[in-house]
Amino acid sequence: MTGSIPSEFKENVVRQLADEDLRQALTKSKGHFTGGRQKAKDNLPEFDALRDKARDIKDHTIENLDFYLEAYEKKVLSSGGYVHWASTAKDAQEIVLNICQSVGATSVNKGKSMIGEECDINEALEAAGINAVETDLGEYIIQIRNERPSHIIAPAVHLTKAQVEESFRETHTHLDPKRVLDEPLTLLEEARKVLRKKYFEAEVGITGANFLVAETGSSIIVTNEGNGDLSQLLPRVHIVLASIEKVVPNLEDASTLLRVLARSATGQEFSVYTTVSTGPRRDEDLDGPEEYHVILLDNGRTGMLGTEFQDMLRCIRCGACMNHCPVYQSVGGHAYGWVYPGPMGAVLSPGLLGVDEAGHLPNASTFCGRCEEVCPVHIPLPKLMRHWREREFERHLTPSSYRKGIQLWSFVALRPNLYQWLTSLQMRILGLLGRRRGRFTSIPMAKGWTKYRDLPAPEGKTFQKQWSERS
Amino acid sequence: MKNERNNIINNVRKSLGRTGPIDVKRAKELNERINKPTRNLLPSRTDLPKNELINLFQKMAEDVFASVERVKDIDEIPDSLSDYLKRENLPAQVVMAPDPYLDTTPWEKQPLLEIRKGLPEEKDMVSVTSAAIAVAETGTLAMFSGPNHPSTLNFLPETHIVVLPVDRITKNYEDVWDIIRKIPPTEENLVQMPRTVNFITGPSRSGDIEQTLLLGAHGPRRLHIILVESE
Repeated sequence: MTGSIPSEFKENVVRQLADEDLRQALTKSKGHFTGGRQKAKDNLPEFDALRDKARDIKDHTIENLDFYLEAYEKKVLSSGGYVHWASTAKDAQEIVLNICQSVGATSVNKGKSMIGEECDINEALEAAGINAVETDLGEYIIQIRNERPSHIIAPAVHLTKAQVEESFRETHTHLDPKRVLDEPLTLLEEARKVLRKKYFEAEVGITGANFLVAETGSSIIVTNEGNGDLSQLLPRVHIVLASIEKVVPNLEDASTLLRVLARSATGQEFSVYTTVSTGPRRDEDLDGPEEYHVILLDNGRTGMLGTEFQDMLRCIRCGACMNHCPVYQSVGGHAYGWVYPGPMGAVLSPGLLGVDEAGHLPNASTFCGRCEEVCPVHIPLPKLMRHWREREFERHLTPSSYRKGIQLWSFVALRPNLYQWLTSLQMRILGLLGRRRGRFTSIPMAKGWTKYRDLPAPEGKTFQKQWSERS
Repeated sequence: MKNERNNIINNVRKSLGRTGPIDVKRAKELNERINKPTRNLLPSRTDLPKNELINLFQKMAEDVFASVERVKDIDEIPDSLSDYLKRENLPAQVVMAPDPYLDTTPWEKQPLLEIRKGLPEEKDMVSVTSAAIAVAETGTLAMFSGPNHPSTLNFLPETHIVVLPVDRITKNYEDVWDIIRKIPPTEENLVQMPRTVNFITGPSRSGDIEQTLLLGAHGPRRLHIILVESE
């Protein structure tokens, strides 16, 4: 896997901001998801009430998680499936490999799964000599480019069609090199044709799960392409990768969550395919997998339970927070350096990887609050990012220049007279200096700020001063 | 893996501030929620008389690029289907679900239509199935896997034609669960889920290349619904 790591966030950002292709791709996608969500919200008067209900369902389930997990397990077993428990990503890899080897699999199809990404399942399969094929178009593109997804629902949103064309030409060398391949439609058709063959070759199909239902022992996936369905229907074995917080009590609860999921994600009323899978094929069925396995992954989640980060476990992975985040929309998903980008990643990644590794992702926020505003399950993302910042500060992981700066600032901020005197002096000086051009293109000791944009010159008076003059 | 299981369950309990399982009284309440679900808030858009509900279904399905055609009764299905194939320049060859409703359709009216019943193969261009039920709220079809309806028919061929008697149109997803719950329970399971329940809302699509909406990513490019207005 090429790419970045979370601890190098700053370096990643500098690289991403200089990437012309990324700028082009992000500009093109801008407003696509946000506009769609707004329209879907406007079309459903009950949307906000459903969000409240969705939050309550997740909270209730998480408060009683052990009970619902055990109930769910019982139902999977009674419908003829298997349940495997994995404390770590490594455990999940081993379980997947064991299942694949038990049926002598040489080829595995994958529907899109963020847990698969979290556990590096493809790498583990390849290392064991098993061919893993991503079948979601976006995931397929990034797989052949050896990249990570840059968005949890639009994995290849960072790429232009020219880059996709280049990768297809490099990979599909069996096809005519003179073929025309410059439109999204021709690219899609080529991928469809290439992947169609793979569906029939695989012995094992792996999908994720958007929800697990305790009432029936079912797993639910939502997709638009239909790849998740072909991946689970055609091979002999279906493996579901899911994290423990995906369980919900019953089908009615799942329905409520589904009503807010697609609308928040892509702005669709409902995804094209919502598929509920329960156990292996029945004796009289004409198709479907003969074996059905569910892997329940913890990987740090039980450590978030019972802490101020428990609210994060409500997340249903719609991606609305990153679609509405000014930071994500500028730096792209790869800057975050791991599987989960954007505001939800800035809160989840330190929880799963630790503060040492991912602790400064929560600094990548303007605290504008849009992520919380659009979250279908009301996760207080800005508040949780603040908690991580406090932890990072407490553990002395922030650079000393930053710490000294904060200390100096808090000394001044606690003394209102000194604060006002200093700020009005500063405003007067900056106002005088910037009088002519109205903006600064560089300021000593603040190069990081002025490198990508100018600082507008203040008018010479502080807000407080202007306010007191008005009244 | 038994230990992993206990570790995770114990960690959940510890984090939630408990030392053992949930107490008996609470467990009873939770079991109630699992086994006797009540409906949550439902969108009011489906509070409509039957006729308008059918119109809503059609509108929602067409909004997501499914095509819908209405026929008066079961006798008109063969002509309607043949016309559609001609219009779309598709071969008069279909693979069909071994479904009792489709079995009673008078296909002999279209002697040139080649019908094979059973599983789709790679070469099949068109599949024909019915839908167990449909949801007006979002123009969604619900398919239950079983001997009458292999799920691959919903995904493999490029064109999927669905025959839907209008009396199968319900309001919302919750109505689908209620129909499934009427399947006789077994000793192990109160709810007898089919192996696969496919909710299908429009033809397959992808926006993965520059967010351009394209139909026919892996599943069908075309989803055509024949609405049958009476038995």
